[in-house]
Amino acid sequence: MAFMTDRKRVTGLGASHTGTGAFWTMTVTSVALLILTPLFVFIFGPLLGEPHAEVIATLSRPFPAIVTGLMIVVGLYHFRLGVRVMIEDYAHGFAREAWIIVMTIASYALMAAGLFAVAKIAL
Amino acid sequence: MADVNRGNRPLSPHITVWRWQVNSITSILVRITGNAMFISAILIVWWLTAAATSESYFAFADGIITSFIGDVVMTLSLLGLWFHTLGGLRHLIWDTGRALDMETSDLMGWGMLFGSVVLTALTVIII
Repeated sequence: MAFMTDRKRVTGLGASHTGTGAFWTMTVTSVALLILTPLFVFIFGPLLGEPHAEVIATLSRPFPAIVTGLMIVVGLYHFRLGVRVMIEDYAHGFAREAWIIVMTIASYALMAAGLFAVAKIAL
Repeated sequence: MADVNRGNRPLSPHITVWRWQVNSITSILVRITGNAMFISAILIVWWLTAAATSESYFAFADGIITSFIGDVVMTLSLLGLWFHTLGGLRHLIWDTGRALDMETSDLMGWGMLFGSVVLTALTVIII
């Protein structure tokens, strides 16, 4: 038996039944990306066009590797929620469900690939 | 019954009837830049996996991303990234209930448009 009243179960969840979780996650990831974006730009940017050994050496150091890993994870998590809002605005019915599934999978797949690459270089 | 004549009814006023303003343009651009950056993310992750794979494959990937077309794509990505970042900052300010009046909103919109160009130019110079 659950010691929870019906009122408690729905308070704060609103018409969508999911509450403000997506909004709050966007806020948190936005603040995180505000910090990560400049760091990532000035770590990744100078590496473009550099020799392979130079790239490996830089991404083997803790700070550049951690920033790159975080940028990939937080950025794509933020993207997953953002692209979902766009899909919900423009696609309807089956297409909406299909696009949300496709883009969610694509976001996590890219996240995994990026993390794998950084881990393999750094470790 | 409710679906009879769907698609042929008069629509409520939509984007085509409104005068363009900096607020709407910057809002639309935040959406476009945010979603278009998925392409940038794919390219960057591809470049990283190439670096993790082998020196010869990295040379191939790096050569494409630093080619003329690659430079154009990465510079546009940078512009989009700075614009979206400034747009996110504007949303964070708005979310606190501040700066919601028209004048400040317009000012922030122009700040995003010019600021992103300035930040992109500075980044390209520094890098």
